Amino acid sequence: MGHLIPPSILPYVLPVIYGVVIVAVLPLMAGYIVLLERKVMADMQARLGPMRVGPHGLLQPIADAVKLLLKEDIIPEKADKLMFWIAPLVSVTMALVAYSAMPFGPAFQIADLNVGLLFILAVSSLGIYGIVLGGWASNSHYSLLGALRSAAQLVSYETAAGLGLVSALLLAGSLSLKEIVQAQYDQGEWFVFSVPIGFFIYLVGSIAETNRAPFDLPEAESELVAGYMTEYSGFRWSLYFLAEYANMIIVAGIATTLFLGGWLRPFPHFSDHLPGTSVEIMDGLPAMVFLGVALYCFWLAPKQPVKIQKIVMATVGGLCIALAGTMVAALFGPEGVRLGVYGGFWFMVKVMGYLYAFLWVRFTFPRYRFDQLMRLGWRFLIPLALVNLIAVATAKVASQEWGWYPRITMILATIFTLGVALWLASRDAKQEPAVEAAGGD
Amino acid sequence: MTDTPTSGLSNVETTVLGADEIILNMGPQHPSTHGVLRVKLKLDGERVVDSECIIGYLHRGVEKIAEHRSYQQFAPYVDRMDYVAAVSNGLGYCEAVEKLLGAEAPPRARVVRTILTELQRIASHLLWLGTHALDIGALTPVFYCFREREEILKIFEKYCGARLTTHAFRIGGLQYETYDGLEADVKRFCDDFTHRIDEYETLLTENRIWVGRTKGVGILSAADAIALGVTGPVLRASGVKWDLRKAMPYAAYADYQFDIPTRETGDTYDRYIVRMQEMRQSQRICLQAIENIPSGPIMAKVGKVLKPPPGEVYHSIEAPKGELGYYIVSDGTTQAYRVRVRPPSFINLQAFDKMARGSLVADVVAIIGTIDIVLGEVDR
Repeated sequence: MGHLIPPSILPYVLPVIYGVVIVAVLPLMAGYIVLLERKVMADMQARLGPMRVGPHGLLQPIADAVKLLLKEDIIPEKADKLMFWIAPLVSVTMALVAYSAMPFGPAFQIADLNVGLLFILAVSSLGIYGIVLGGWASNSHYSLLGALRSAAQLVSYETAAGLGLVSALLLAGSLSLKEIVQAQYDQGEWFVFSVPIGFFIYLVGSIAETNRAPFDLPEAESELVAGYMTEYSGFRWSLYFLAEYANMIIVAGIATTLFLGGWLRPFPHFSDHLPGTSVEIMDGLPAMVFLGVALYCFWLAPKQPVKIQKIVMATVGGLCIALAGTMVAALFGPEGVRLGVYGGFWFMVKVMGYLYAFLWVRFTFPRYRFDQLMRLGWRFLIPLALVNLIAVATAKVASQEWGWYPRITMILATIFTLGVALWLASRDAKQEPAVEAAGGD
Repeated sequence: MTDTPTSGLSNVETTVLGADEIILNMGPQHPSTHGVLRVKLKLDGERVVDSECIIGYLHRGVEKIAEHRSYQQFAPYVDRMDYVAAVSNGLGYCEAVEKLLGAEAPPRARVVRTILTELQRIASHLLWLGTHALDIGALTPVFYCFREREEILKIFEKYCGARLTTHAFRIGGLQYETYDGLEADVKRFCDDFTHRIDEYETLLTENRIWVGRTKGVGILSAADAIALGVTGPVLRASGVKWDLRKAMPYAAYADYQFDIPTRETGDTYDRYIVRMQEMRQSQRICLQAIENIPSGPIMAKVGKVLKPPPGEVYHSIEAPKGELGYYIVSDGTTQAYRVRVRPPSFINLQAFDKMARGSLVADVVAIIGTIDIVLGEVDR
């Protein structure tokens, strides 16, 4: 890149390129996450999922996108036209803006803000305006109820999720996402192992924030039809959809950065080299995995019943070989390319793992009721997050000021918080009937 | 959404989004009203102040049709009332006409009828479980339930060629002899089913969210249930041990051992438990029945043209959803003078307002699900 563009304007050009890439790739990625979701759901529900459009349904997202774009754009007669028009734009813009501070790798980041985390949290929660405005402007009771639920839910769970994040921030000592990852590298472990309860609180909070089951009350299909999206159709509807999936990737990205070591590979300090080369064993791993998958595909290909499926299997195997080749080539390329490719790879692997947890939870649990959701947030998660925060802070003081062994203090803090969690849960279980008798809260 | 204040910007001076009650129309097109039920809810925030069920969107005049068809011709129509439990409907109708004729189906026919009806009960409860869980937000159980229901439908298909609206029985017995391997099929299904139902229970019974969503929701006391004429699992979950299979045995139920599961509170969770246990009891009946299917004729001698003597008869059976009764008046011709059906869904739906008042919108779908209505039967 340095040869093509004068170095003086590089700092301005590169972010623009990154921005264009993100805006171009994100809808596609959201589409394929939907496909992944449907396939995972099908797998859990003993069926196949989309199989018609393209081999194994691989072109389904594109077909869906085309369908949505061609659909009639209906604006209800009594809707507030301007607000109805603006609302999805607000949602999707805020979701996209949040990506500007997200580090996909050590090099791939549009802007390394020194308050990057705050920026992402602030911008992505602005997206709620799109939901509330859309629900209100639709002039439908279902939409209104969905929007109100969404607002209340976001306020409650953003607090809990934020407090969960702070416990990791205490350890990192910075709000810059790059430095948070660097801190995990320096301290030699991902923060999920130091503050598991903080991670748990953020996991629950982020599911609720993105309106995913079992906290999908704002769009609870069986109750509110589609919640705030009820009156939307076609392109506007797909904007909301895009915003939802973009937000999912954002919360997964935040969790990855703060708790799962960002773009760091597992065991970043383990630097034994492959015999006879300068390649570290851990860096060789992704290529090996791809190669293994490729061989598995080639082994499966002749066993497929239909010719087209044989071809597809072989193609997937070929793609894996190509990916493995890229990974290997990157190893021997310039330092920047190596860091970029491997950072991006590990980051996306972790994001996908986090999203898989989302899907898993969604297809396993029934939906909470609104009062139960609020009770869980205010009476369990927020107190727990506060206790966790104090425990982590105390542990940090103990290790820094009094010279206690850091890992031991962290484990003690976690055990203490777990005890509090159990106490909170049992207290809730005892009080639930009383609240019920009083007519909920 | 007619008689409510609009909330558009243009009206912002005249109307405020106030704290007054709003009216929400749920249905007739709504994902969880199980067909075309329309529920008019008066809401204070999300709390239900008042509710009204509006029915009739699926009215097909089944009872009137009966007056213009011969007794045999009308038999397929009853399958279309509770179309997820067609076999039970057919059993009720055939037995009612047999009673009117003074005939009785031969023992072999009665045992086969019992087996198929109990399978149908399992199928109906499976459909209820899947959709009820779906309403409450558990997306997965419905597919597991349909997988097992499919096995039952395959048995029906092998027996009589139809899966849903089977018309499996004839007045006087059975039209078809059983196929080779019916016993083996039923046994295989029943043996598998034990693990399957355990699987559903691991997903739901002790799930905190499920318990939270169903316990204490839609409570119906025994006195209210009796006063409203509620029958079936809804009644038994309120603590009334009333099951027509035991109280007034029909078909071959008197020969088999089974329990009537009951619960005390009468909330949605209790109704869930009762139905889960009923499926286990139905499986138990099926296993006993296939052990010993008597040989002999499958049809009583009722003649080709049915001309019951003038008179009237009321016969009811324990359908999956409750007491399904047929009141038939004969004027001595080949067509019934009047057929009146007592559909369990219709009567049970009366309890909706009692259950729903004071609950939240989310509970409304749980309550609609827990009553287990089929609109084809409500509207007839």
